[in-house]
Amino acid sequence: MKAYIPNSAFLGNINHFLRNFDPASPGKLQITANEKWMAVHPVVLAMIAALGSTVETRQIECMRFVSKSKNYIIRMGLLDFLGLDPAEDTVREHDPAGRFIPLKRIRNSDEATQFITDMIPLLHLQDKPAQAQTLSYIASELLRNVIEHAQAEHGAIICAQYYKKSNSIGIGIADTGIGIKKAINQSYPALTDMEAIRLALQPGITGTTKREGGTPENAGAGLFFTKSIASVNKDFFIIYSGKGFYKLLRKPTGSRTVLFADPFQDKHSKDETYPYWKGTVVGVDIALDRTREFSKLLELIRETYGKEIRDRRRARYKKPRFTS
Amino acid sequence: MRRINIFEKAGSFAENKDIARDIRRAELFPALAQNQKIILNFDGVDATTQSFIHALISDAIRQYGDKALENITYHRCNDTIKQLVRIVVDYMQEGIGENSPKGGVAS
Ligand SMILES: Nc1ncnc2c1ncn2[C@@H]1O[C@H](COP(=O)(O)OP(=O)(O)OP(=O)(O)O)[C@@H](O)[C@H]1O
Ligand SMILES: [Mg+2]
Repeated sequence: MKAYIPNSAFLGNINHFLRNFDPASPGKLQITANEKWMAVHPVVLAMIAALGSTVETRQIECMRFVSKSKNYIIRMGLLDFLGLDPAEDTVREHDPAGRFIPLKRIRNSDEATQFITDMIPLLHLQDKPAQAQTLSYIASELLRNVIEHAQAEHGAIICAQYYKKSNSIGIGIADTGIGIKKAINQSYPALTDMEAIRLALQPGITGTTKREGGTPENAGAGLFFTKSIASVNKDFFIIYSGKGFYKLLRKPTGSRTVLFADPFQDKHSKDETYPYWKGTVVGVDIALDRTREFSKLLELIRETYGKEIRDRRRARYKKPRFTS
Repeated sequence: MRRINIFEKAGSFAENKDIARDIRRAELFPALAQNQKIILNFDGVDATTQSFIHALISDAIRQYGDKALENITYHRCNDTIKQLVRIVVDYMQEGIGENSPKGGVAS
C-alpha cells in the first residue's frame, strides 16, 4: 500500500490525498510526504496509522521527514504508532501550547469512555460546555460504531487537533474493519458502498435490524446525529468506506439551518470511484465560535427524525385499489 | 418504588452504552416486571447521548408500551437530556405504531 502525505490535506481538500492512496499489496506500506512542510487533518494521520496497524513494522517504509514535519508527526504519535524510531537528532521538546490528542487505539467500551473523559482537558475545553459536549458526543458515537459494528481486529484509531487560525477542532477516526456496506447488508440490500453510506446516514436505519425502532442497543441514529451536528454548525463531515466517499459541504454562515434525513439532500459531494478502503473512515470539523447550543440542535433533530419515521410508516400503508 | 442513580453508574457524561444495558437488565426490567414505579435520577449528569438513552429505555417502551411511560419518571434532567429522552420516546412510539400519550419528563 502507498500513502502520500501532501503539504495540505484538510476536509475541504482531502480528495487529493484519498485519490493518491494505493491499496495494492496489502502486506506492505510505503509512506511518503511533501518534502518541505505539511499540515493535515487528524483523519489523515488516523488513516495512515490504521494502515500501519495492518502490516508488520519491518514492512513499513517511511521516508525521512524534515524537521518541522517530523516534529508534528512525532507529537501526534504517528512514528510511535507505526513502531518507527525517530532519529535522535530531530527529537525536540513538544510544543507545550499545542492542543491536540495524539493517535490512540480504542478497542472496547471502557477504553472509549476513558478517552472521551481525557479528551476535553487536553483540548482545553473545560470551560466551554457547548463545544465540549459537541465534541464528546461525536467521539462517543463514532468510537462506539467501530466497537459495535466494524469487527475491526485493530480497533478504532482516533486523534484530534485544535487549530488556532480557524478556532476549530478537527477529529478523525479510522478503522480497518468490515466497512459500511457489509454492516448495512446484514439488514438492507444496498448494492454499492455509496448506497450503504446513504442508508447508514439516515435516522432510524441500522445494519443490526430492519425493525423500526432498532434493537435494544441500536437505533440507527448515531451517524445522523453526527452529520446533523456538523450541518447545524456549518462544518465539514466526511465518511469514506470501500470505494464510497461522501462529504457534507460547508453551508455559508448565516444561512438557514435545515436538516435532512436523506444525506443526498444536504449540500454535499460524493464519489464512488475512490481507491478501496477496507473499513470506515470519518472526519469532522468543529468550529468553536459557531457551535450552537446543543438543545437547539436537538429540537431540529427531533423534528426531522419524527417526520422521517412518520413518512416511512406512511409509505408502508396499504393503498386502496380502485377499478373503473 | 425504585430509584436508579444514573450519575453513580455512568458519570457526568453518560455515554457508555454497556452501562445503560446493564442498568436496563439488572434494574429497569425487573422493576417493570413487578409493575413498580421507577425514578431514573439524572442528578449530576451534565450530558448524555441518544444512544445511551436508547440503550437504557427503548426496549422498555417496546415491551411495556404505555406502562413504561406511566411507571418511569425522569428526574432532574437538564434541557438536552430532556430533549434526548423525548426523541427516543417519540421514535419508539411512532415506530411501533402505538398511539400512547407522550412520555412525561418530570423536572
Ligand atoms: N465503523 C463502522 N464499521 C462498519 N459499519 C458501520 C460503522 N459505523 C456505522 N456502520 C454501519 O452504519 C449503521 C448506522 O450507524 P449509526 O451509528 O447511524 O447507527 P447504529 O450504530 O446502528 O445505532 P445507534 O448509533 O443509534 O446506536 C450501523 O448500524 C452499521 O451498519
Ligand atoms: Mg451508532
